Amino acid sequence: MNSDQKTLDRRAFLKAAASLPCLAGCAWAPAGVLPLRVPALFIAGEDDSRFIIEAKYYEKLGHRKIKCKLCPRECVIDDRERGYCGARENRGGIYYTLVHSRVATAHIDPIEKKPLFHFLPGTAAFSIATAGCNVNCKFCQNWEISQVRPEQVRSTYLPPQELAAIAKQYQCPTIAYTYSEPVIFYEYVADAMDAGHSQRIRSVIISGGYIQQEPLKKWCHEADAIKVDVKAFSEKFYKEVVNGELKPVLETLVTIRKQGTWTEIVYLVIPTLNDSDAEIRALAQWVKSDLGPDVPVHFTRFHPEYLLTNLPDTPVETLERAKAIAGAEGLHYVYVGNVPGHPGENTYCPKCGRIVIERQGYTVGQVCLKKGKCTHCGQSIPGIWSV
Amino acid sequence: MGGFVAWRLRLTPPACIAVMVVRKGKFGTAGPTRREFLWTCAAGAAAVRVGALALEPSASPGRSRVVIARDAMLRGSGSSLDSDRVLKLLDRALQSFYDCDSPLEAWKRMVRPGECVGLKVNCLAGRGASTTVKLVEAITERLQQAGITDIVVWDRLNSDLESGGFRLNSKLAGVRFIGNDSAGYEDELSIHGSVGSLLSRTLTRTCDAVISLPVLKDHGIAGMTFALKNFFGAIHNPNKYHLTVGDPYVADVNMLAAIRQKIRLHIGDATAVQYEGGPSYMPQWSWRFNGLLVGRDPVALDYVGWQLIEQKRAAEGMKSLAALSRAPKYIATAADAEHRLGTDDPRQIERVEI
Repeated sequence: MNSDQKTLDRRAFLKAAASLPCLAGCAWAPAGVLPLRVPALFIAGEDDSRFIIEAKYYEKLGHRKIKCKLCPRECVIDDRERGYCGARENRGGIYYTLVHSRVATAHIDPIEKKPLFHFLPGTAAFSIATAGCNVNCKFCQNWEISQVRPEQVRSTYLPPQELAAIAKQYQCPTIAYTYSEPVIFYEYVADAMDAGHSQRIRSVIISGGYIQQEPLKKWCHEADAIKVDVKAFSEKFYKEVVNGELKPVLETLVTIRKQGTWTEIVYLVIPTLNDSDAEIRALAQWVKSDLGPDVPVHFTRFHPEYLLTNLPDTPVETLERAKAIAGAEGLHYVYVGNVPGHPGENTYCPKCGRIVIERQGYTVGQVCLKKGKCTHCGQSIPGIWSV
Repeated sequence: MGGFVAWRLRLTPPACIAVMVVRKGKFGTAGPTRREFLWTCAAGAAAVRVGALALEPSASPGRSRVVIARDAMLRGSGSSLDSDRVLKLLDRALQSFYDCDSPLEAWKRMVRPGECVGLKVNCLAGRGASTTVKLVEAITERLQQAGITDIVVWDRLNSDLESGGFRLNSKLAGVRFIGNDSAGYEDELSIHGSVGSLLSRTLTRTCDAVISLPVLKDHGIAGMTFALKNFFGAIHNPNKYHLTVGDPYVADVNMLAAIRQKIRLHIGDATAVQYEGGPSYMPQWSWRFNGLLVGRDPVALDYVGWQLIEQKRAAEGMKSLAALSRAPKYIATAADAEHRLGTDDPRQIERVEI
């Protein structure tokens, strides 16, 4: 590669990547795939203009100020300042995204890692993220990319067409926009979804759901699934621990369901902060009444991280209790997450109670589904089961 | 009382003991005269010099001195700052603050030969509302005369420094210009209260001492920006800390140890005050105050600066910051019992206008 070359064509990328231990070119095997860390083969050079395009969803105000309309925070931003997310900047009264095609991390992950359990089980997702986020969760496990500014992290220039081509070459049927917060790299996600679909590659969005309705609806038209993190079922938690709001997240979920886009919910259970029976029950009741009993809910295990290092790991018993509460409230698909080998990772038929999809960590074992129905009793199991 | 005095003087523990012992035995309860104070300093000189410190000779013990120095002819007969007048203004301000007879004496109380001294400027807004180059030049000249051979002018980004008029590749001997994007940040988070940030390595590893050169400006989100908020430029994630009018974030950032321990003095640039439309440069709301605000207490400086902005706004028929729901509440937070970064009580602020 020419050392002055600032972009990387697909051939050079694959040649370099092939030197790494990986399963490049190998078909997905049910026994598992090694997560491949795509190397940052070059550092985004001083010419960052490639990453900068005019943002969508903002309003011009007087005196070169703008108001961002992408997420409910609606930052009002003076000239030369950035929004809360750190990834969008006002330059002379025009608002720009700084992260289009600016990939800070890329991996090939099992789709179960997102987690998405009712979406192409056993397949790989080419997973990417840029720097930035529109909240600041004190327990963020990806804070080193989500809570930094784009210029503070090594990045790769990966324009949408190249991204789609690489995902295809690695035989990933899905591109996942994940790790940090896809809302803040909205323009890139939109363009990359188009590019992916042109190559018959699906797109899934892994998000905190803190987004305005208009951009969300556009996403729903393009995305094949949107997994939403519900951090807690209280505004107090959202204010104090997340620097966000619960209400817009719930509205996001309602919209996703109404638009007919597949969705799953993750609830990270944090000891003493959001693990009370009452809160879990309230969440489960709301999911059943406002979204329906077939929306999968994952209660996942917390590990100390970032600014929340004084709490212990979530006891497994707490996760099991949450699962039991949600099940008792009538939810059909409730999972225990981040506890590899736990029976709560399996999908059970809500009618006959037998295992429909067996999992061990991110590895899929036995699958008892045929055309989306339980092979034991014929019950329809909602999800996206085929490419 | 001895402990309180020690806190006000920002002394290291050995020096605290020296002052406390002397006060009990010699000065009674009325407080030292200037001669007694200087005797104390001489007697405790060895202990006093151990840590990084700058003595603040307040005429009234327990009060924070803020010197407001102005020169109506700072720009001569034109619009550009006159370098000679800027230097003279700086000298008057420092001599007044340190109550001494020569500018060099003032600087020598602040820094020691062999130290690397960082000048934290604020160039976010570019020319017109950034720390003025001529002020930095004047400070640099005096520092070098005081025996400082390593001076670092630093801010958030190299591009900010350039847009503020500083030449990164300047051949000015002994002066470097470094953006945090070149210097990098620490790997470990520094945490206090509501903030968790990576600190600039210029602050943590390069500089032995920091002189803060903030710009007095209105701020559309945080109310105003001056001494306390200047250190948003020392952290990697200031964009996270503008919620709720910057409160308590601005105060919490200033509690981070590396910031508290290294600042020797604040020389606030009020040559042109942005009283509306900040932090950007809006010439229609730029007020040629032609002054400097000098002090060790960033809370007192911010309080005084805030009052100046409010007075100007009132004179222009504008609403107060409070009426616009952006009163800088973080100033009071910085003064509260938890933070104790200074005082926002006007009765405890000694305003010296020269």
